[in-house]
Amino acid sequence: MQMSGAQMVCEAIIAEGVKTVFGYPGGAIMHVYDEVYKQEGFEHILNRHEQASVHAADGYARATGEVGVAMVTSGPGFTNAVTGLATAYMDSIPLVVISGQVPSHLIGTDGFQEIDAVGISRPCTKHNFLVRSLEELPRVLKEAFYIARSGRAGPVLVDIPKDITVEIGDYVYPDEVDLPSYKPTYKGNTRQIEKAVEAIKASKKPLLYLGGGVVLSNAYELVRTLAKKTQIPVVETLMARGVMGDKNPLLLGMLGMHGNYSSNMAMSETDLVISFGARFDDRVTGKLSEFAKYAKIIHVDIDAANIGKIVAVDYPIVGDITKVIEVMLPLLDGIDTDRFEAWRSILARYEALHPLSYVDSDEVIKPQWAIERIGELVGVDAIITSDVGQHQMWAAQHYPFDRPRQWINSGGLGTMGFGFPAALGAKKAFPDKIVINVTGDGSILMNMQELVTAAEYKIPVINLILNNHFLGMVRQWQTFFYEKRYSETDLSFQPNWKALAEACGGIGYDVKTKAEFDFAIKDAIAQDKVCFMNVIVNRFEDVLPMVPSGGALFNMMLPQTTKDEEA
Amino acid sequence: MAQVIDERRVISVIVLNESSVLARITSLFAGRGYNIESLTVAPIPNTQMSHITIATNSSARTMEQISKQLHKLIPVYKVIEHEEMIEKEMVLAKFPIQENLADISVLASAYNGGVVNVGKEMIIVMVADEPKRIKHFIEASERYNPCEIVRGGVVAIER
Ligand SMILES: Cc1ncc(C[n+]2csc(CCOP(=O)(O)OP(=O)(O)O)c2C)c(N)n1
Repeated sequence: MQMSGAQMVCEAIIAEGVKTVFGYPGGAIMHVYDEVYKQEGFEHILNRHEQASVHAADGYARATGEVGVAMVTSGPGFTNAVTGLATAYMDSIPLVVISGQVPSHLIGTDGFQEIDAVGISRPCTKHNFLVRSLEELPRVLKEAFYIARSGRAGPVLVDIPKDITVEIGDYVYPDEVDLPSYKPTYKGNTRQIEKAVEAIKASKKPLLYLGGGVVLSNAYELVRTLAKKTQIPVVETLMARGVMGDKNPLLLGMLGMHGNYSSNMAMSETDLVISFGARFDDRVTGKLSEFAKYAKIIHVDIDAANIGKIVAVDYPIVGDITKVIEVMLPLLDGIDTDRFEAWRSILARYEALHPLSYVDSDEVIKPQWAIERIGELVGVDAIITSDVGQHQMWAAQHYPFDRPRQWINSGGLGTMGFGFPAALGAKKAFPDKIVINVTGDGSILMNMQELVTAAEYKIPVINLILNNHFLGMVRQWQTFFYEKRYSETDLSFQPNWKALAEACGGIGYDVKTKAEFDFAIKDAIAQDKVCFMNVIVNRFEDVLPMVPSGGALFNMMLPQTTKDEEA
Repeated sequence: MAQVIDERRVISVIVLNESSVLARITSLFAGRGYNIESLTVAPIPNTQMSHITIATNSSARTMEQISKQLHKLIPVYKVIEHEEMIEKEMVLAKFPIQENLADISVLASAYNGGVVNVGKEMIIVMVADEPKRIKHFIEASERYNPCEIVRGGVVAIER
């Protein structure tokens, strides 16, 4: 069929089954937007900032497991999108971002709104393309979607010069890709898997260490089956919260800098780490020389480069977690689960000794209470997104997660401003779910313009602002490590949150008491409108436990004396 | 601790010959803080591929990461870490005509080369040899006051 490059872009998006596209127009991508106007295959959401468009596509991808799509113009449109690309890249989220570029003949001339998009995005995309001719456009689009979702997923940028989008040519969307230099490994080496299983059977204190890869591989049921069959205790990273479901008795909880005491102790004392799709991030390992010091390590990952990058691995297995566990399970038939009984009871003792805890108050809302309370009120019905800071850690620690993809946050890059637009993406994907962005009074302002987007398109997400009048996480470090010099973290000057939300077409709640909190949550759900819920919480609350940066995992600051007020 | 000792290593990277592939490779080295001692690139005859030879000073552990990270780049077809290889480097050197030309010519032939150009004021020699011997050649040539020396970078092939 004959059509323009712009039309090919829309046709490819439709062919890939994408239902919602997030974006923002401008000169270099206007031909594409002209076709967006004419087509009926997908809905386009106009965010109010390109960063939000990419985060929204990212939230959509994290909630569904499908490729998210965003469109931006050249120059500043693209540079605004870079944080979104980097956020998705760090967490291996499949995205295709289409950017306009100046016409081919102007490339390299410092033309109006020209910037080297492939150059800038090279280190923060899985792959990128500068389209050179109309003939290659259908193939490039096909490859972009394929590369984004296959192997270790990630964002792909397709930068299209304006002249190519207006040119007319033959369109055949390829059925298959032909990429001889790109062949992801899915099937794990059988011999290695057998050896790993022998190691599991020979171990006394094994520990399942689950990362975001389990979510990406959609392997949670298999992982739960594996844990149940072997009765091996489990720890989850920040990115894996929800994989086991918090009711699962084998789950110790999150590990790492703000992990549970029992999880961190388990990692410190285990004799066999069985890692699925985790990458030994420094926020998880703490001091490397003390990390899992007594353990042999099995590392299953689809990305060979993750294996052996941080710690030496005894049983490397490159492959898709789903495929690897399918091979493992029958080999584990008849495993002696009593073998690990003593180990489980040691860990149960640790759990009883220092469970996650905080001192609640009737005077002031404790942020941990707020999280637990939404867990009680909406629980399994909600999808929780978050920004970055203390509120993120409290949400990860205290929300009763039930399944993967229920928890959406920027773990790798730690991008403040991610939560609200990501919530829009998740809500577009699951309109029947309650979507709550747990955020802080710092983070929310970084993409607050999305109030307008949410109001216009009637995307009713709840922004639960745990308002401590601080850049709380930084304040916490200043308290602990900088002798309370609160350099540029005091947010005492505040907007009128309620008025702000209302000015943009949403609703606002000012919440100071538990009763107001319950009312606001219930009312917000009933009103079905985007809202800012300004919850005043205890100002100097700290996130605990805490492993000071660079310290050994077993050296935790524990929540024995949670303070109500700074002395 | 052999894992962490830096050693000179040479790898060949076979890549699809598409625009910006070299930029992908060099920015990977720059971004991840890997060392490049020399880099040469040329198309492989009768294919869509190019052969890139990279010499680097790295530990075994870093080398493993370099190799894996290179593999992840979409247009990278193959990464070969050389153990049994033939390595050669070419050098062009320019000397003033007043120097002892016979000596210079003998020196060049001792390193697999010879005189390639004689002008009014300059003589140019070319040599091609193993990188270690190239170092010797450069040291030896110093006696004849070279005006300019251009090294070509290492190329390698598995034996
Ligand atoms: C874009 C960006 N800038 C800076 C930071 C550094 N940072 C991490 S947490 C934090 C404070 C966040 O404050 P707030 O959103 O109010 O959350 P709280 O910690 O108070 O819950 C900052 C500034 C970041 N993660 N992202």
